[in-house]
Amino acid sequence: MYGSTVRSLLVRGMLAGLIAGLLAFAVAYVAGEPPVNGSIAVEEAQAAQEAQEAGGHAGHGAAAPAGGEEEEAVSRPVQSTFGLATGVLVYGVALGGIAALAFSFVLGRVGRFTPRATAALTAAAAFTTVYLVPFLKYPATPPAVGNPDTIGKRTTLFFLMILLSVLLGIAAVIAGRRLAPRLGNWNATLVAAAGFVVVTGIAFAVLPDNDDAIKPGFPAALLWEFRLASLAVQAVLWAAFGLVFGALAQRLLAARPAAAVTPADRTAPSLG
Amino acid sequence: MAEAVVSAAVSTPSVAVPASLPVRAVLPWAFFVGLLALIALYFVGAEQGATSLFAGENVHEWVHDGRHLLGFPCH
Repeated sequence: MYGSTVRSLLVRGMLAGLIAGLLAFAVAYVAGEPPVNGSIAVEEAQAAQEAQEAGGHAGHGAAAPAGGEEEEAVSRPVQSTFGLATGVLVYGVALGGIAALAFSFVLGRVGRFTPRATAALTAAAAFTTVYLVPFLKYPATPPAVGNPDTIGKRTTLFFLMILLSVLLGIAAVIAGRRLAPRLGNWNATLVAAAGFVVVTGIAFAVLPDNDDAIKPGFPAALLWEFRLASLAVQAVLWAAFGLVFGALAQRLLAARPAAAVTPADRTAPSLG
Repeated sequence: MAEAVVSAAVSTPSVAVPASLPVRAVLPWAFFVGLLALIALYFVGAEQGATSLFAGENVHEWVHDGRHLLGFPCH
């Protein structure tokens, strides 16, 4: 019986992730594509300039530094629509599934929260640890900015930062729960949150920087616009996921006989 | 994540703690779905960037814009 509840939560999590992904795609298309296109224009202008300079010197053919002018396997109109949608939707469904299972773990174990509130907190925690904290150390970079030679190092550091941030978040919740009987819920939460911030700050200081990620001369306003758009995409994704999944989980679990939720909850139709 | 510990703000006398689900029931789903989801995220976030399972650039190019805007290092 519990297994089927977990399965039902998982299905709803992936569905909520899909809906959240569609909203995030809309934001990415409207707010994110202009700075992406702007960055590609900067990249092409730089490549053209480099090619011209190289052409002026004897010996260097125009073919040698043609890195910026590579033949595109996928056209820009496809990249900015179907390609973008694929990436955002797969991300939404995959993380929606993981978040639904994280929700299944924490439900009833982190305090007196309804399923809806638990879902909102799970989404907020996922946004913070999976995106926001890694973003503060290794912010998203638009096309043309990264140095291809350091992609391995940057990818490793980015995934390491996500892993570290998620583990620190879990540790903070466990520590908060342990401290709650002694300090009370409010103070235990403050202490756990402060611990998370301090240890995250130490990790920021110790982990290497990505100085080489940004080429000199790249327009600062364009970089800012791109990063704000990236933040908006993720904020919308997780807010939508938390609200949609919370509503679905609340209805599902209110219908479950074992779960005593609020009397105010309407008797929900049985959802399998 | 730590704010998940707050309870006073939300609880009202009518709210009971929802019954938790046994870890035994969640674990198999978590393991299998976690694995599948990580593979999917790898293809969105890193394939044909830092490492390549498939030759060429098509996967990278297809998810290119999403990879940048979702915050992954791309190139």
